[in-house]
Amino acid sequence: MSSKTLFDKIWDAHRVHSIDDGPDVLYIDRHYIHEVTSPQAFRGLDERGITVFRPSLTLATADHNTPTRDQHLPIREELSRMQVDKLRENCSRHGIELFGLNHNYNGIVHVIGTELGYTRPGMTIVCGDSHTSTHGAFGTVAFGIGTSEVEMVLATQCILQTRPKTMRITVDGALGKAVTSKDIIMHIISLLTTGGATGYFVEYSGSAIRALSMESRMTICNMSIEMGARGGLIAPDKTTFSYLKNTKYYSGNNAFDDDLKSWKDLITDPGASFDKEIAINAESIRPMITYGTNPGMAIAVDAPLPDTEGMNSQDRDNYIKALSYMGFSPGIKLDGHPIDYVFLGSCTNGRIEDFRAFASVVKGRKKAENVTALLVPGSRLVEEQVKKEGLLEILRDAGFELRQPGCSSCLAMNEDKIPAGKYAVSTSNRNFEGRQGPGARTLLASPLTAAASAVTGRITDPRLF
Amino acid sequence: MAKEKLNIFESTCVPLPLENVDTDQIIPARFLSSTSREGFGNNLFRDWRFDQEGRAVQDFILNNRKYSGKILVAGKNFGCGSSREHAVWAVYDYGFRVVISSFFADIFRNNALNNGLLPLILPDDEVKGLIALVTAAPETIVKISVQERKVEIPSSGKSFTFEINPYKQECLIHGLDDIDYLINMRSRIADYEKKRGGLG
Repeated sequence: MSSKTLFDKIWDAHRVHSIDDGPDVLYIDRHYIHEVTSPQAFRGLDERGITVFRPSLTLATADHNTPTRDQHLPIREELSRMQVDKLRENCSRHGIELFGLNHNYNGIVHVIGTELGYTRPGMTIVCGDSHTSTHGAFGTVAFGIGTSEVEMVLATQCILQTRPKTMRITVDGALGKAVTSKDIIMHIISLLTTGGATGYFVEYSGSAIRALSMESRMTICNMSIEMGARGGLIAPDKTTFSYLKNTKYYSGNNAFDDDLKSWKDLITDPGASFDKEIAINAESIRPMITYGTNPGMAIAVDAPLPDTEGMNSQDRDNYIKALSYMGFSPGIKLDGHPIDYVFLGSCTNGRIEDFRAFASVVKGRKKAENVTALLVPGSRLVEEQVKKEGLLEILRDAGFELRQPGCSSCLAMNEDKIPAGKYAVSTSNRNFEGRQGPGARTLLASPLTAAASAVTGRITDPRLF
Repeated sequence: MAKEKLNIFESTCVPLPLENVDTDQIIPARFLSSTSREGFGNNLFRDWRFDQEGRAVQDFILNNRKYSGKILVAGKNFGCGSSREHAVWAVYDYGFRVVISSFFADIFRNNALNNGLLPLILPDDEVKGLIALVTAAPETIVKISVQERKVEIPSSGKSFTFEINPYKQECLIHGLDDIDYLINMRSRIADYEKKRGGLG
């Protein structure tokens, strides 16, 4: 048998049919849905007069537009409340499990699916959300889809999909002080640019990736979409298996040992070839921060912004437009620039490890007075764990408040908006114009950089802490 | 469910010479709180089209009466970012039937094809040339044939062929839908499940 990549193995095992000169019919093992991108799909089923084909393979949560305070009260924003109500109604009508608002397992779809063990190696996973790539950290083929495709999965548990090309990004070596997995992926995106991996499915490998925890691996896979990749995955290993063994799913059955056996072949065979290969030295990576209006516009936190010299006119126009939105000019250093907000959270960095990292920096220090901080756990379980580990006291002593879980300020569909013109160091995934609120200026960074900046009130190199 | 068919037509173009236009610009998240597919065109490019008081931004292209048509011509990597299909609904609802760019983000491209909006890929230099041409001469007519996979600009005598997956080409021409295709496969999908066993 010829050598295959891990991606090819999973894709091929799920191919129900290949249309001549067309896409593949791909079977989906796990479908996650949320309130914002599912209502029109359910409506489509109703219009066709059909029901959900395999309701037990879909799991629902409310996360995108939910408030992060007073979740026990009715949602104030009428349209958001209607979407959350509609989700509850659709799930109950179609027999779909829902971890809705106030449920003990509620949280961001990509945080809860993984922490509860619904995401397992070798699966195909989709969700009407581009950050579905997160689940690739468990050795799955996971990617975001549109609402028409959500309807396809609800109707048939399959979607039509063109097979992407494959890319391997190998990161070898040891990470420097205060360099996190967020910095690895931001470094990669800055090299490849925001569209540089379009059409590819990425496998991350190498010693620096192997050394990462599951939470850190999820951060990397999560941002695959920010360079245009269809998804990103990491072959499962001992770290993956021991994480899974402790999830709710495996505490409720004794399937672990059998499943473990079936996961052993989930590796890229030696000699398998990729359409593109990239190698990166982990030692060259420094703490990163974005300066522009897409995630590819990132630099090391202590480096000056690029000069316009040598840029062609289109690139220069795009660059100047982005800097003018951000209120920056070419060549300046961001280190020391005053900020207004800090956001810790999102499906990128809203897990327990991220709260530990943030707390480790602010412990015994005080939040800067000019900074408004939004600390939003990715799920109820993360929120509980923050309390259990005593992190809440550390955060409170330093002047921070802990919110309730949700997507929050990452896309600002709820009230957690950054005001126009204000600077926010955010641990989320997108710095597009207006992403965190109309006119908001987002600086993406790691939880360590966010914490250091929250304490000083300025963009701060976390290596100083 | 049948979509509107798209095959042979001609139109003037709206040039948008920006690269990496993300779906948050196409339709900001605060306008996603709807449970229907209609009405998103009003908020297409909302924060570029209108200021914070809701007044039209005069130098944004959609507010310039010289430019109109069913074809949007945009810089590379159009539709990057979020998977929100609302972005495609907004572009379509506004009245566009084709977006020309040198490449599209994958999810946007799939979403477009699932809604009868053609994401038409031309080489980067040709896209830039077309943007320059229609910016200078807004009356320029562009003819498109999905059947022949052809774009023609009669006034400049230029014509190009474009790539499209033959299956998707058929779907566009006949207004067919992937969901109908898959629903017809349900028994075959059930056979696959049996053969594989133990899912879920």
